[in-house]
Amino acid sequence: MAKKGARTTEMADYEVHVPLQAVLLADSFAQKFRPITLERPKMLLPLVNVPMIDYTLEWLASAGVEECFVFCCAHANQITSHLNKSPWMSQPDFTVSIIESHDCVSAGDALRVIEQRGVVRGDFVLVSGDTVSNMSLTEVLKEHQERRKKDKLAVMTMVVKKSKPSPLTYQTRLGNDELLLMIDPQSKQLLHYDAVREPGSRDSLQGNSIQRHVSLDRSIFHDRPVVQLSNNLQDCHIDICSPEVLLLFTDNFDYQQLRRDFVKGLLSDEIMGNKIFTYEISNEYAARVDNLRAYDVVSQDIIHRWTYPMVPDILCAGPKASMRLERCNVYKEGGVILARTAMIGENTVLGEDTTVGDNSSIQQSVIGRGCTIGKNVVIEGCHIWDDVRIEDYVQLRYSVVCDGATVKKGAILEPGVVLSFRVVIGSEFRVPAYSKISMVPQPTEEDSSDEELEYADVASGRADSPRSPFTEDQSTRNGSISGDEDDTAEGPNWDPIEVGETGAGYRWAVRDGGQEEEWRHSVAPIPPEKIQEIVAANREHDVEEVDYDIRALGGQDSLEEEEDEDEEEEDDFEKEVAETFLRAARGVSGVQQEHVVIEVNSLKLAFNKTFADCAGAMFKAIIDLALEAPHPTAKELLSITKDVFSRWGSLLCKFLKGSDDEHEVLLTFEEICIESHKEFAPLFSQVLHMLYDIEVVSEDAIIAWASEKQYADESDKVFLKQSEKFIQWLKEAPEEEDEDEEDDT
Amino acid sequence: MVGTTSGYEAAVDQFVTKMRRRQVVGSQSSAKLTAELLRLVVSHQRLPSSGQAAALIEAVKAVGVRIIAANPIELALGNIVRRVLHIIREEDVSLASDSILDSTLDSDDEDEFGNVARRSALSAVSVAAATRNTLRAPSLYNLLESVPGTAATQVARVPSATESEARSRSGDRNLMSRKLKHNVIEAITELLQEIDNCHSQVAEQALEHIHQNEVILTLGRSVTLREFLKEAKKKRSFQVVIAEGAPRYQGHMLARELADVDLQTTVITDSAVFAMISRVNMVIVGAHAVMANGGVVAPVGLHMVALAARRHAVPFVVLAGVHKLCPQYPHNPDTLLNDLKSPSEIIDFGEFSDCLDGSPGGSRTHVVNPSFDYVPPELVSLFITDTGGHNPSYVYRLVAEYYSPEDYVL
Repeated sequence: MAKKGARTTEMADYEVHVPLQAVLLADSFAQKFRPITLERPKMLLPLVNVPMIDYTLEWLASAGVEECFVFCCAHANQITSHLNKSPWMSQPDFTVSIIESHDCVSAGDALRVIEQRGVVRGDFVLVSGDTVSNMSLTEVLKEHQERRKKDKLAVMTMVVKKSKPSPLTYQTRLGNDELLLMIDPQSKQLLHYDAVREPGSRDSLQGNSIQRHVSLDRSIFHDRPVVQLSNNLQDCHIDICSPEVLLLFTDNFDYQQLRRDFVKGLLSDEIMGNKIFTYEISNEYAARVDNLRAYDVVSQDIIHRWTYPMVPDILCAGPKASMRLERCNVYKEGGVILARTAMIGENTVLGEDTTVGDNSSIQQSVIGRGCTIGKNVVIEGCHIWDDVRIEDYVQLRYSVVCDGATVKKGAILEPGVVLSFRVVIGSEFRVPAYSKISMVPQPTEEDSSDEELEYADVASGRADSPRSPFTEDQSTRNGSISGDEDDTAEGPNWDPIEVGETGAGYRWAVRDGGQEEEWRHSVAPIPPEKIQEIVAANREHDVEEVDYDIRALGGQDSLEEEEDEDEEEEDDFEKEVAETFLRAARGVSGVQQEHVVIEVNSLKLAFNKTFADCAGAMFKAIIDLALEAPHPTAKELLSITKDVFSRWGSLLCKFLKGSDDEHEVLLTFEEICIESHKEFAPLFSQVLHMLYDIEVVSEDAIIAWASEKQYADESDKVFLKQSEKFIQWLKEAPEEEDEDEEDDT
Repeated sequence: MVGTTSGYEAAVDQFVTKMRRRQVVGSQSSAKLTAELLRLVVSHQRLPSSGQAAALIEAVKAVGVRIIAANPIELALGNIVRRVLHIIREEDVSLASDSILDSTLDSDDEDEFGNVARRSALSAVSVAAATRNTLRAPSLYNLLESVPGTAATQVARVPSATESEARSRSGDRNLMSRKLKHNVIEAITELLQEIDNCHSQVAEQALEHIHQNEVILTLGRSVTLREFLKEAKKKRSFQVVIAEGAPRYQGHMLARELADVDLQTTVITDSAVFAMISRVNMVIVGAHAVMANGGVVAPVGLHMVALAARRHAVPFVVLAGVHKLCPQYPHNPDTLLNDLKSPSEIIDFGEFSDCLDGSPGGSRTHVVNPSFDYVPPELVSLFITDTGGHNPSYVYRLVAEYYSPEDYVL
């Protein structure tokens, strides 16, 4: 709550020219690229030999962004030094400023820090540093701003792109889960945002538990003749935001992730009425490198020039060693030496000063700068970074090999392997599929705060890092690495079962059943066996497949839904009241009657209830309390009830502001007798009498109740009959007029 | 670079970024911007007291290499850089020979000839003549002009400069440097005007080529062509068949523009060119670049059109401003680059996204979107440039007229 006070920015004035600003989050707050990201931040990983962040900055600069704020968290000093070395800091029309923070664990925290700095003055582009795009921002900005002029609540415009998800695996090309978006086709307003596959479900057998039902709010269909529900849109993670977005993050300090918390929160929140809109791009490219599969797919898209002009031969253009494009998408940088018999297949990139030996074949791969590839090597679908040494007769398929790694003679890497920095694979060793090998040992115990984090910089060994014990451990380890880097043969720490006889590195174990999920996000294509398995699993599901009809959903179904919701709310309220009451009744220290009154009053406001509701709920709670004590016979129950009411009746009276409320109490009592606690049924009239005696229920209320019941069906009259005598007595006792009235009716 | 002032560095950087991001479209505007940039470079360049031309050439070359690397596909950039270098060389030579001529005129009446001085002057003149010869195209006229006899008479008339002369000349040096700069800037400004006027210059010749009731076929859109047709329309009535020019479909735009001037147009698909060609009197197209051998780098699809025209013996005419004329030959893989654009111009990413990544082992759908075709010189009937019509076999001669051979390779 204190954060609210820190609000410093004011509403930007839209009349004056505000430079177009962008917020670039240079931390993914995820662990999908581990173990690589333990040593280098994800944004600096090379994507087709160019660091990812450079794609994003290049795009922002060419799209006309004037000020860019780069937010760094994990490995902040590496990103800072990269930017300082790059030409980005000295561009005439494009200023890059770095915002560092070390205690952020999520995008939400990052945005709150940015809000505190008060640097954002107007609408801004919010992207992550791993975005590759060539879209023009002019159109989407214009749309966003025009909408803002008409409707101040249109706080965000989200860029989407058509991309068909796989019908089998329910994931997109980029390895993300298939998204279900509901959009108003006229206003382009986003109405629903959800992943089709239940995220986080660890259905280990199927690997895909599909959410087969969609619940939609009925209000969506109000004054909308058409809504469009689509699963073939890909979220590009490019958002045009108004400054209010930052305020919303500050106000809702529990928002962590942009999509899961913020977007869903906004969509379900009807009180503030903030709206999100979508903008679909068709001819332009935009994608976020979220996982290793996306890394591979986006690399290939770049090689296939979908991202033009963000393609290798243009990005790496320079007077000295420029990248040249040859037939069949083969890109060669200067200084490449190929043996005469080397075969370079389609869609391959060869970095500067790389040599390839005799009879080696390379296909669909990206080879970095300064690599040495021996003879008779087979490389297919791999991403090999800089200064990698691959010896003779090695076979690599669909793997990622980071800087400085060595694969010794005759070793084989099965699909999906990740070799982190400086790892050595021993000769004739076979690395099993989906292994992850790093020189950094896998952190043995992950405390919960690590869950969403890349580790902070290894080299710095920063003391303020929350994970300092681990970092220290790591830096000592690093020392030993640099020691035996040259003679890797003598590495007492390395397990030959993990990396081979002369290898170096730790194999990371797969955690909590992740094995089954591994194939989803790996660089390797999905193996055919897996696909067959899924097909089989889906066929089972198809038997119970339901044909969804959106209109039906919009009509009847959602009506019921809403009622359900009301009921649920009622339950919640009653539960809360009962708990409050019980706290007092059980004598929890310090809780007194007045407290209960205050608390129930606040609940009444929170749930938007009347006094009658409160009285009803309280009455129920009292009855429940009475029932708690053992009551073998009806007589004992009555006496207990009497006791309880004599103690707590006065509390109940606090909520009885008129005969209507008392009436409600009676109805509740009747309900209890019929539905929940039948043991009260025979005691109805006695309890009624008692309530009258202790002045919980007045005469008027009882008579009103009785007269209402007069016309009910026979079944409802049970209690009326039971207490007929009492009512008769009531009517007769005080005045004669009642009798007259009775006669009249 | 020694002596570079930061005055133009920022401008060059900006230009390079712009070119690299492909934010300048069209060879005319690229050429114009390059010429303007080089004019800025020349005017900001501080020159040493001796070897000014060399320093200037060095500076322009350094900038030229950078801007060519920024966008090697736009050949007009290199053309303009080489044109400017040629201008500097030419101005230098003409300035040198002028000063010698001046000194000869001045010292005509003096009679005391120092032998050494005479020899130096003699050599200066012969050097000037030699450079002139290298600058000029090796034409028959040039050969005749520099017949030894005439040169000898010239030399005989040239007396040497005295020592005092030499001193005064060194005093003039400062003035000379300013003069060189001034002349070069003036020449670049002329070049700019030439680039500006190239469309109208080409269009002026329209009436000589298009006759009444002819049918003209073209592909895609080119500004030069549009002006050419508009100019012809003023006097003649004729028809134009426009192949749309997939995948950019600029032919549609051309059709609309020509409709505005009441020209009758027929739009066809690119694949229907062969079917239409038999009814056509002439094919007129624009070009991206003209190579030294007369080959043409032209929008994709034109090779096919040229072959169809050859099959039916229809003249294939290419319109090109002189700034599109390249001194390089197409055999060099460094120069003949194709611009492979994004496949999204051809197919819809969303619709094809599921077959873009192949299943394991299988290959995925590849989409290639080249921008240019190379049309060999034997398929071209005529070039119409701002200096008139030329045969493809004459292009090398034009090249020699506009560029110095030392600049072919920067």
